[in-house]
Amino acid sequence: MRVDWSIYISFIGAGLVMLLPKNSKNLIRWVALLTGVAGLAVALNSYFLYNAACDSLISNTKSGFWHLIDVPWIPALGAHYHLAVDGINFPLIVLTGFVCVTGVLFSWNIEERVKEFFAFYLTLIAAVYGVFMAMDLFLLFVFYELAIIPKYFIIAIWGSTRKEYGAMKLVLYSFIGSALVFIGVLVAYFAAGRGTFDLLELAKFPIAGPIQVWVFALIFVGFGVLAGMWPFHTWAPTGHVAAPTAASMLLAGVVMKLGAYGCFRAAMGLFPHGLDQWRWIIAWLGVVGIVYGAAVALVQKDFKFIIGYSSVSHMGFVLLGLATLTVTGMSGAILQMFSHGVVASLLFAVVGRMIYDRTHTRQLAELGGLRKALPFAFWTFLIGGAASMGLPGFSGFVAEIQVLIGAFQMSPWLAASAAVSIAITAGYILNALHKVFFAEEEHLQNEHGSGSPGGSPSNGHANNGRDARSTTESRWNLPGITWPEVVASLILLALLVIIGLYPSIMLDMIKANVKLFPGVLP
Amino acid sequence: MIYLNLFRALGPEAILLLTAFVVLTFDLLLQRTREIPERLRIAGTIAGVGLFGAIVLLTQQTPVTLLGGTLVVNSLTVIFKVVVVTLTVLTVIISLDYPIGRHVGEYFAVLLFGSIGMLLLISAEELITIFVALELTSLSLYILTAFHKGALRSQEAAVKYFMFGAISSAFLLFGMSYLYGVTGATNLREIGAAIQTLGSSPLLVVALLFILVGFGFKVAVVPFHLWAPDAYEGAPTPVTAFIATGSKVASFFVLTKFVMLSFAGMPGSAVWKHMTPGWTMLLAFMAVASMVLGNCVAIVQHNVKRLLAYSSIAHAGYILVGLLAASTTGATAVFYYIIVYALTNLGAFGVVAALSERVGGDDLEHFDGMSKRAPFLSLLMLVFVLSLAGVPPLGGFFGKFYLFMAAVERDSVHFGLLWLVILGIFMSAVSLYYYLILLKHVYLAAPKESQRIQTPLYLNIALGAVALAVLGLGLYPQPIVALLKTLAARL
Repeated sequence: MRVDWSIYISFIGAGLVMLLPKNSKNLIRWVALLTGVAGLAVALNSYFLYNAACDSLISNTKSGFWHLIDVPWIPALGAHYHLAVDGINFPLIVLTGFVCVTGVLFSWNIEERVKEFFAFYLTLIAAVYGVFMAMDLFLLFVFYELAIIPKYFIIAIWGSTRKEYGAMKLVLYSFIGSALVFIGVLVAYFAAGRGTFDLLELAKFPIAGPIQVWVFALIFVGFGVLAGMWPFHTWAPTGHVAAPTAASMLLAGVVMKLGAYGCFRAAMGLFPHGLDQWRWIIAWLGVVGIVYGAAVALVQKDFKFIIGYSSVSHMGFVLLGLATLTVTGMSGAILQMFSHGVVASLLFAVVGRMIYDRTHTRQLAELGGLRKALPFAFWTFLIGGAASMGLPGFSGFVAEIQVLIGAFQMSPWLAASAAVSIAITAGYILNALHKVFFAEEEHLQNEHGSGSPGGSPSNGHANNGRDARSTTESRWNLPGITWPEVVASLILLALLVIIGLYPSIMLDMIKANVKLFPGVLP
Repeated sequence: MIYLNLFRALGPEAILLLTAFVVLTFDLLLQRTREIPERLRIAGTIAGVGLFGAIVLLTQQTPVTLLGGTLVVNSLTVIFKVVVVTLTVLTVIISLDYPIGRHVGEYFAVLLFGSIGMLLLISAEELITIFVALELTSLSLYILTAFHKGALRSQEAAVKYFMFGAISSAFLLFGMSYLYGVTGATNLREIGAAIQTLGSSPLLVVALLFILVGFGFKVAVVPFHLWAPDAYEGAPTPVTAFIATGSKVASFFVLTKFVMLSFAGMPGSAVWKHMTPGWTMLLAFMAVASMVLGNCVAIVQHNVKRLLAYSSIAHAGYILVGLLAASTTGATAVFYYIIVYALTNLGAFGVVAALSERVGGDDLEHFDGMSKRAPFLSLLMLVFVLSLAGVPPLGGFFGKFYLFMAAVERDSVHFGLLWLVILGIFMSAVSLYYYLILLKHVYLAAPKESQRIQTPLYLNIALGAVALAVLGLGLYPQPIVALLKTLAARL
């Protein structure tokens, strides 16, 4: 089956879920899971086929594209139903599949309105697959907007902290971003004057320089909003925190990549002159995002906000890498999209599913000592955190080091400034690790030493549990980790390690395709 | 002049007239003693049969122009007449389930009269016929608005609608008389030709201004929109649906003809920084005001019908953006948009009509948790509202895209109309906010009561079909767009 079946399978799955009786929750979950697995299987199968054929494809055709389907859709506009894959979007398609499957597994405990949840979820997945494969600007825009609405319902119905505010903010940011893109698309269409929305066709007809400069900015910023580009990132932390686990995973793991992918494919691909004019600004905005996101994550009191801001920081690497216009930097950026997708999904799963759903708090001050209560969560977070910090052996390292090398070629100052964040990242990950999983024992010692209980609610809480703790047992009495969580975590962990130890499985293909990007520096 | 031709061309209207009288007499003579639901069903069935007959006759019409443009039958008018008759059928279906009081026969008869007015309006290319048809439509709608006999709100709405409508008719008539005085013609094409040769003159500008004021009232654009929210809220909901869709379709259709046939050659420009006074600039200002005011005021509404009223003011603004492009693409986009818009709005008002009577009101709070109580109608509401918001793959998205595209295309070298498009796009981002608020009540809020709401099957089927049409028009717009484009090119 061709990889575009991932889209259709997800749509069919969504429709199937809608037809099921709403009380047979397990059936709905299994149907959703099977849909996700089927979509992933199709994507993976094609991925390996492409990976094998990639080199000969490029040397034969001078283009890395596998055209899946290209039929006229609305000839009155020149819009085609054109789907194609290459080494740039294939990692992201596979990522979508993995996040979809693990997201379903981490949503296994949703009991309320299960049917609607998975229907919205699978619709969102299908739209995301669509965006990654669309090679027609109109089609891409359609899928992109289609992805906005399910997010609202998923967050506003099943979310937590300030969910309606977070959902509305996210949707309006996305919609305003897509409004900018809409304007840019219209102008590009008429400025090229070819009566086509096809990305590959449009790229052949360079648009006049002055128009390129501002249209590039429109489209880049429009997609950049969703990519969490500083200073348009503010939807991201609130949205991520408000969302239920699976949606946080999807938002940080995949939806932010939609934005970055759009920046790459639509803005950078079509407007080389505009890119020339803006790339320094983009690079510096990326660096600001990297450092700012990390610094803000350092001072958060809510566990989920830490991961939320870390996403902003990691997405900064993607923008920086893209702006370098070097093979190394851009390949690093693409790989970083994949890597961060996995890491963010994993960390959000630990915070949202494993910890929050059991303890019903995410405040660092109230958590603590979970190492003994939830050892699996501890180990998962430890490994995920290490990958997030960019320790060698994990995918994050391979990606970020390449971005930094690329940035160094552009300007040492960029690389140096971005590298500062590595230390900060280590700071906030270790801080979270300490406060959430260890701090209990420390609290205990302090309390015994001083003997004066504080007035804060967290201390009050701790006092209630003093009897339990005096016997050195954890005050937490939590339900154990369930099998879906274990399976999903292991999948994501395996991905981190596989890409970390054997990056060429993905990187070769990315590099070969990035080299074809017009104007890229060696 | 063969009168048989005239009769043949007027066949659909004639059959509707006949149906109206049959419904009226049948109900008055034979039905008085029966229960109201039964009378509704019988009268509705008769009306439905008549409307179906009209559609059959419409599909068999041959193109003809009679009496110097008094009556024009061609593919384009047939398409729009079918749309209007379909909208009337749907209004009848919604009405069957709605308490419209004792005067069943009168209700359906007046509804059919209104429909006839719209059909005549669509096929008219001549000032006097346009005016008479417009009056027939408007007078029928005034009466229908007052049909909530017990409710003071309904009476107030009708009086307000009537007052505004009467004044706007006076403006329209005044403008038309000037137009005739200057050009010496009542046929739109001849007027257009005369304007080309005569050039602009102060009298012509006055005529134009007054005509735009008159149509501005009919299609409810700012600053002539004041009647709309009250009339929409006060009227029985099926009537609101009819006002918001049927009369809009007919009025916009004839306004497009006016623009394309008569005004297109007149001076005036809405290009950014190069504006020159004239009809385009007027339309541009009305469009801007409608988009901004309609969307911003809709945000603070508590009543669903009022919210939809303000949203329809905003939509009229979007349509004007396409209209002032005055190109074939622009006309095509306007035609496509009003079809989609009418279907979507009719569906939305249909759901509101079906639900509001069962929950005791049409404020936003009344729709709390509706997704649990009436899942199917809530799903339809989701489709209609998202289409209004312009979310793909629904018809509203493509319609809006096409409208804005037509405006950009008008001056694709300097992008002179892009400012209008930018404003329109950002205003539709604003509109998403209040549409989501409505959906929030339907899908998120906790229901006040838990028992399921049962709606008649025929209503579910009809509204479901409308939703499918909205989806289909968005997924694959090509056939209808291509058809409308060839027909618009022949205007």
